Amino acid sequence: MIDRIAAFGRIGLDIVSSFGRSGRFLSGVLGGVPRPATGFPLLVKQLYAVGVLSLPIIVVSGLFIGMVLGLQGYTILSDYGSEAAIGQMIALTLVRELGPVVTALLFAGRAGSALTAEIGLMKATEQLSSMEMMGVDPLRRVVAPRLWAGFIAMPVLAVIFSVVGIWGGMLVGVDWLGVFAGSFWGNMQSSVDFVDDVLNGGIKSVVFGFVCAWIAVYQGYDCVPTSAGISSATTKTVVYSSLAVLGLDFVLTAVMFGDF
Amino acid sequence: MAQRTTEIIVGLFMIAGCAALLFLALQVSGLSAKSAESTYTLYANFNDTGGLTPRGRVSMAGVTVGTIESITLNKETFQARVEMSIHSEVDNIPADSSAVIRTSGLLGEQYIDISIGAEMASLNEGDTFYSTQSAMNLERLISNFASGR
Amino acid sequence: MDSSAYISLRDVVFSRSGRRIFDGISLDIPRGKITAIMGPSGTGKTTLLRLIGGQIRPDSGSIVVDGHNVPKLKRKALYTLREKMGMLFQSGALFTDLSVFENVAFPLRVHTSLPEDMIRDIVLMKLEAVGLRGARNLMPSELSGGMTRRVALARSIALDPELIMYDEPFAGQDPIAMGVLVKLIRDLNSSMGLTSVLVSHDVPESLSICHYACIIADGKIIGEGTPEQLREHPSDQVQQFLQGQPDGPVPFHYPAEDSARDFGLSGGVS
Repeated sequence: MIDRIAAFGRIGLDIVSSFGRSGRFLSGVLGGVPRPATGFPLLVKQLYAVGVLSLPIIVVSGLFIGMVLGLQGYTILSDYGSEAAIGQMIALTLVRELGPVVTALLFAGRAGSALTAEIGLMKATEQLSSMEMMGVDPLRRVVAPRLWAGFIAMPVLAVIFSVVGIWGGMLVGVDWLGVFAGSFWGNMQSSVDFVDDVLNGGIKSVVFGFVCAWIAVYQGYDCVPTSAGISSATTKTVVYSSLAVLGLDFVLTAVMFGDF
Repeated sequence: MAQRTTEIIVGLFMIAGCAALLFLALQVSGLSAKSAESTYTLYANFNDTGGLTPRGRVSMAGVTVGTIESITLNKETFQARVEMSIHSEVDNIPADSSAVIRTSGLLGEQYIDISIGAEMASLNEGDTFYSTQSAMNLERLISNFASGR
Repeated sequence: MDSSAYISLRDVVFSRSGRRIFDGISLDIPRGKITAIMGPSGTGKTTLLRLIGGQIRPDSGSIVVDGHNVPKLKRKALYTLREKMGMLFQSGALFTDLSVFENVAFPLRVHTSLPEDMIRDIVLMKLEAVGLRGARNLMPSELSGGMTRRVALARSIALDPELIMYDEPFAGQDPIAMGVLVKLIRDLNSSMGLTSVLVSHDVPESLSICHYACIIADGKIIGEGTPEQLREHPSDQVQQFLQGQPDGPVPFHYPAEDSARDFGLSGGVS
C-alpha cells in the first residue's frame, strides 16, 4: 500500500521534473540565435519538411470539412429560413475555431510525430552525441530550426485551411444547394471582422504552432534512445500536443471571444 | 533535393499563405481601405434598448450609415442613452427624425434604424434624436395580444 | 606521475541509478601514444570517454584534458575544447541525410570559414587517408559497417585534432576490416602525433597496437602498464581477462540458490 502511494508520488515528481527539463531545454534552444548564414538554409529545409509536406493533408481536410459545414449548416439553417446565413456560419466557424484547432491536431499528428521520430532516431544512433563531440551544439543545429519551422508553418497552414474550407463550403452552398452567391459573401463580410476574428484565429494558430513544435521536438530529444523509446515518444507527442491544443483553445477562446 | 529548389518551393508556400490571408482579409471579412472614415456623434434616449449592443449597426433606409459606440444608463431619467457614430458624409438627417430599434429577421441581431422626418434643419454633432421607439418586447406584445383585442 | 600526460583523471567518482560506476579512479593518459582501456562489458568504459569529453559530469574528482579541468568548463569553452577532440562512436554515427563527402565536410563547414575548394581538398585527403576517396558520393545507408566506421574516422580527423577516442572500434568486424582499422589507428597516431584512447574488450588487437593499457573492473583499475607489463601482471583478475578464462575471480555462475532445492533433490524442503 505504501509502495503504491510512493509510486504515485514518484510519477508526480517525474512529471514535474520533465516540465522543468523541457523548460530548460526550451531556453537552451531559444537562447542561441543561429548565425544567419548557416541558420537560414537549415530553417528553409525544415520549413519544407514541416510546412510544405503537410499541405496535402491540410488542403484535403480543409476542403472536406468546409463542405461538411456547408451541408450540415444548410440543413439546420433552412429550418429557420436563414440559409443565406450559411456563409457567415462557415466563415466564423473556420476562422475562429476549426482552422487553428484542426490544423494544429493534424499538424501534431503528421509533422509533430515526424519531428519526434527523426530527432529520437538521431539520438538513438548517437548522431546528436557525435555532433556534441565535434563541438556543434545539437540544440542549435538540429532542434532550433525545427522549432522555428513549426512555429512559422502552423499559422500559414491554418490560414490555408480556412480559405480552402470556405471555398469548399461555397462549392456546396452556392453551386450545389443554390444559396444566392451575393448573400453568401455579403453576410459573411458583414459578420466576420478582420481584427476580432481573423487575427484572433491567427494568434491561436501561432500559439498552437509553438506548443506543438515544442512538445514534438522535446519528446524526440528526451526520449529513451531505443526503438521502443522512440515509438513511445512519438505517441506522447501526438497525445500531449492534442490535449494541449484543445485545452489552450478553451482558454484562448474564453479570453478572446468571451465577455469578461 | 537541391537547396535552390527547396527554397523556391518554401517561398511559394509562404506566398500562398500570404495570399490566403489577403483573401481572408478582403473577401471574407470585407476589410476595405476606407475604414478610417470620419464620423460625428449623435445621441438617442430609449426606454428599453432590448438586445442592442455596442458595435451594432445604425442604418437609414436599409443602408448602414454608422455604428453604436456605447450604451449607458441615465440615472436621472432612467432611460438608456445610446451614443452613435454616423459617417460624416451623411450630414443631412432631418432634425425631427426618430431612431427606432429593429430586429433583422425574426431572431437576428437588433439595430437602430433612422426613420426620417420632414424638417429642413439637419442634426449636427452632439445632437440628440427627438423621438425614439424602443425595442419590441415579446412578452408585452403577447400579453397585449392576449388581454387586449 | 607522468608529466607528459595529455589527460589526467584524479579520484573520479561517478554513479548512475544508484550504482557506483567509478569509485575513485586515477589515470594518466600519455601524450602522443595509443592507450587502450579494457575491461569486461558494462564496466563503464564508454562512460569514461563521455566523462573525458565533458558530456557527463563526475560526482567528484577532476578530469584535466590538455590543462583544462573539463567538468568546470563553461559551455562555450567546452565546445571550443571539443574542436581539438575527435570521437569515433561504435556505430559510426554518420548523419544519415548527408552524403559521405558532406559528412566529412561537416566539421569544416561548421568550425571554419574555408572556401569551398579548400574544403573539397581537405575532405578528399582525409577520405584518401582511410582509403575511401572513391566512395565520396555514397549515402551512409549504402555503406557496409566497416566502411561506415572508416568514414566516421575520416570525419573525426577532419579538423586535425590532438586527441581521438575510439569506442569499441573492433566490435563485430570481419578480419579484413579489423586489419584495416588496426593499420589506420596505428598510422594516424604516428603520422599526426595524436593522442589516441582506445576503449575495447578485444584483447589481442588492442594489445597489439597500444603503447599503454589499463584494465577497469568493478569501478576500479585492476591493472595498468605497457602490454608486456600487463602480460606478466600477478593479479588473477587481470590474467582471467587477458586470457579469456571462463571461470575465475569473475565466476561462471550467476549467484543462485542451492541447486538441490531448484532440482527437487534431497527431499525438497521449502
